[in-house]
Amino acid sequence: MLSKLARGVAIASVFMVLTGCNLVVMDPSGDIASQQADLIVVSTILMLIIIIPVMVLTVFFAWKYRQSNKDAEYDPEWHHSTKLEIVIWSAPLAIIIALGAITWVSTHTLDPYRPLDRIDADRPLAKDHKPMVVEVVSLDWKWLFIYPELGIATVNELAAPIDTPIQFKITSSGIMNSFYVPAMAGMIYSMAGMETKLHAVINEEGVYDGFSANYSGEGFSHMRFKFHALSDEGFADWVAGVKADSQTLGRSQYLELEKPSVAEPVHYFGAVDPELYAAILNMCVDQSKMCMNEMMEIDKKGGGGLAGIYNVMSLTYDTPRERGTQPLPSSRSYVATLCTTPSGGLNKEISSIPLFDNGVVNSRFSPVPDVTSTGF
Amino acid sequence: MFSNPDLLHFIFGRLSLDSLPFHEPILVVTFAAVVLGGLVVFGAVTYFKLWGYLWNEWITSIDHKKIGIMYIILALVMLLRGFADAIMMRLQQAISFGDAAGYLPPHHYDQIFTAHGVIMIFFVAMPLVTGLMNFVVPLQIGARDVAFPFLNNFSFWMTTAGAITLMMSMFIGEFARTGWLAYPPLSDIVYSPGVGVDYYIWALQIAGVGTLLSGVNLIVTIVKMRAPGMSMMKMPVFTWTALCTNILIVAAFPVLTAVLVLLSLDRYVGTNFFTNDLGGNAMMYVNLIWIWGHPEVYILVLPAFGVFSEVVSTFSRKRLFGYSSMVYATIVITILSYLVWLHHFFTMGSGASVNAFFGITTMIISIPTGAKMFNWLFTMYKGRIKFDVPMLWTLGFMLTFVIGGMTGVMLAVPPADFVLHNSLFLIAHFHNVIIGGVVFGMFAGIVYWFPKAFGYKLDPFWGKMSFWFWLVGFYVAFMPLYVLGLMGVTRRMSHFDDSSLQIWFVVAAFGAVLIAIGIGSFLMSVVVAFLKRDQLRDETGDPWDARTLEWSTSSPPPAYNFAFTPVVHDLDAWADMKKRGFVRPTSGFIDIHMPKNTGAGAILAGLSLVLGFAMVWHIWWLAAVSFIALIGVAIAHTFNYNRDYHIPAGEVIATEDERTVLLAKQQA
Repeated sequence: MLSKLARGVAIASVFMVLTGCNLVVMDPSGDIASQQADLIVVSTILMLIIIIPVMVLTVFFAWKYRQSNKDAEYDPEWHHSTKLEIVIWSAPLAIIIALGAITWVSTHTLDPYRPLDRIDADRPLAKDHKPMVVEVVSLDWKWLFIYPELGIATVNELAAPIDTPIQFKITSSGIMNSFYVPAMAGMIYSMAGMETKLHAVINEEGVYDGFSANYSGEGFSHMRFKFHALSDEGFADWVAGVKADSQTLGRSQYLELEKPSVAEPVHYFGAVDPELYAAILNMCVDQSKMCMNEMMEIDKKGGGGLAGIYNVMSLTYDTPRERGTQPLPSSRSYVATLCTTPSGGLNKEISSIPLFDNGVVNSRFSPVPDVTSTGF
Repeated sequence: MFSNPDLLHFIFGRLSLDSLPFHEPILVVTFAAVVLGGLVVFGAVTYFKLWGYLWNEWITSIDHKKIGIMYIILALVMLLRGFADAIMMRLQQAISFGDAAGYLPPHHYDQIFTAHGVIMIFFVAMPLVTGLMNFVVPLQIGARDVAFPFLNNFSFWMTTAGAITLMMSMFIGEFARTGWLAYPPLSDIVYSPGVGVDYYIWALQIAGVGTLLSGVNLIVTIVKMRAPGMSMMKMPVFTWTALCTNILIVAAFPVLTAVLVLLSLDRYVGTNFFTNDLGGNAMMYVNLIWIWGHPEVYILVLPAFGVFSEVVSTFSRKRLFGYSSMVYATIVITILSYLVWLHHFFTMGSGASVNAFFGITTMIISIPTGAKMFNWLFTMYKGRIKFDVPMLWTLGFMLTFVIGGMTGVMLAVPPADFVLHNSLFLIAHFHNVIIGGVVFGMFAGIVYWFPKAFGYKLDPFWGKMSFWFWLVGFYVAFMPLYVLGLMGVTRRMSHFDDSSLQIWFVVAAFGAVLIAIGIGSFLMSVVVAFLKRDQLRDETGDPWDARTLEWSTSSPPPAYNFAFTPVVHDLDAWADMKKRGFVRPTSGFIDIHMPKNTGAGAILAGLSLVLGFAMVWHIWWLAAVSFIALIGVAIAHTFNYNRDYHIPAGEVIATEDERTVLLAKQQA
């Protein structure tokens, strides 16, 4: 393959200069990151087709037409040449057409939301394969990893078996971060109340760096973790090790964990509340708070109407006061949970909840007269 | 009375003695130095009785040339601050490995990188660009001033008031710790409850008024005030780029103003535009700020392209190759710059089709940019190139900018961006285009037009020193960052675990020192030029044998720029006039109608500064008073009908006769 060859040459030449330094982005250990590195090389080579002649000509013309060189031709009125104009517009255009085509295709094949179709260049995957799911939460300033299928969770340590497709579901407790393991695949932002996804695979055993690649405040520099790529047996041992830990991660432990801390050591949780990730994503770990999915469901039905504005309480979740550092701005509020869902929402039975005991008149209008209807 | 906390809170808002950073030794020393320096300047001005001169000749001046010069002085002063921040960051990153925490705690380091970005973009690059356009454009189109001279003075002082607001944050309170674009939710009141983000908002809002108005002013000037005969396609390329830049300013800056208003509402009155809760969405902020932010990049670089076009044709002693293709390339870039903003956040989870669309539009911009590069190249072809300092900057630009352009297109490929985004590779890329493009361009422009502004050239030896130190310093400082980016090192880190990276940061810090020498050399070239001004004097008004109208008048030009409005017949009007054997008129002068100086701009900007300060610290009574005063002064100013005067013909004759004698001496 040409790109493989080109990449080999490029890496070799770079190594000539940078002996001993680890260019992880150019020489990664996961299939997705490898393809991304190939793209960097291909696009560089394509552009050098234009860049190198321009640089050479700049130096050459500057030297040849220097004032002291009286032998060089001097034509102060020469300022137009249709042929040249066509060349100088079409040459970059041709390169960009080629690069644009590559971009369109590669952006779709390497879309982080797209399930993998291969483990590496030689090993395709069946369409209906089931990836291992890892739920990722960025907290101030540490990473929480939940393995829903295994019922375990870790802080600041990630592990996965090699050659296994992984689906990361990523969210944040508050501030935007970016989940990035350069050796495995590109990054994606983590945002509160939203879920981003990343599909990736790691092909070589080893310990790799992972970190937040989007500045998130005071503890950002230490928001790092190690990613252990293990053999199947190694991973089973690792899981057994985590499960041996007696700590459980439930809602109250999460609210404690969520408080800001810098350079947090690795924690293991042998058991984890299966609802926890959904509660984090819907910003209702604190059970007095209405879950986002509930709120959206109510809004879809026309909103809570005027009565809804009374269902608001002072914000305690997701704030510095709760997290023990700063006084709370008095102006902040949040939507309280509906008392009909004692477990704090997430029961997916919202359609059966009578809104404020009035019953929904129709799917569009709220119970109060529509002239005063404000929705949420 | 002072024990009453409510009263104290009413009078001072959030401001208290604790707001002063006595506990930060770095800041205390800096503050002492600033106070000492300020006292020396104040004392000197008072001793030499210069207050009246400053007020009458500069502060209240509506002369576009003086305002342009003041913009550039502001930019250079702010460059020193912004560069001090850069050196501090480089030093911190060069020593903070493993157990060593460096000398800057995160809360201080985070303010420094935020301030560095804000200062360099808003208060260095923008005033340099605006200043150069202000000085050059009216001269280049044969006008006597800009369309709205008072507005011009007001714009400058608003920009300065914004800069002062930002500078105050260093000693009173703190600056934002959010990064230069203050993404929420981090910049929301919940996560940044201090005054830092408020300083950020008000500094940008106050300066933004100035930027927007100066954009309107220059557009009208270029559209309405060109000399007879100068059709659009006979305008100098710098004026073309200035026109496009100001169109971008007028279209883009209101977006910034609006998004900062929304952020202010979130912070001040508890709305939820960008919060995590209650339907707010931070992604909206990220989109809006980049809809301003990407055109901003072209706002900065287009005038630099204009400077290079003027310089390369002047010093190759040849017409610019492909004038029309240059103009169309500029227009295409202007339009396309609005279609690429999403490439700043491919990693936010847009779908593949959206990402690919914005990636490809971004690449398309490289086509007109590439065409421009070829045009400069073929302007040198069959030329007679003189390697004066402006030409050196231009050659340095051509060799450096293409590398930045290449890495930019790499970042435009979304899957490649996924591994390079927010890394030091990105930092290296945008410094590559901003230093290699904007900064080199502005230095080329300053050296090129300095003799027009002051009547003598800058010292060439120190100018060359400055160029070489900047060029080499740039490569030494930023090539390691490209490498570090490929090693997966991300930006805005105040500490690193992996000590094998250290050597690269040490090299980068050394590069920053080289750039510091480059800045020092530039300042030396100004000082030495002033001392040797009699040797470097330009009495012809056309020291470079240049091609555009500003070189047809004297250096420095008289207040009225041109005694007679020139008539334009061809592109490169002055070269054309010289070729046709233009004879300068020496009689027939009449009175010249000119605008009068006014202090209203400085007073309004001063009140805005007070308003901004009061809003930052929640001193509501002061905010109300200064706001009412602001409106009052603005209305009162509209009743000032004493706005213009005539320079009597006798004075014009005297000035022009003096120049006739000087020119005759040159001929002899």
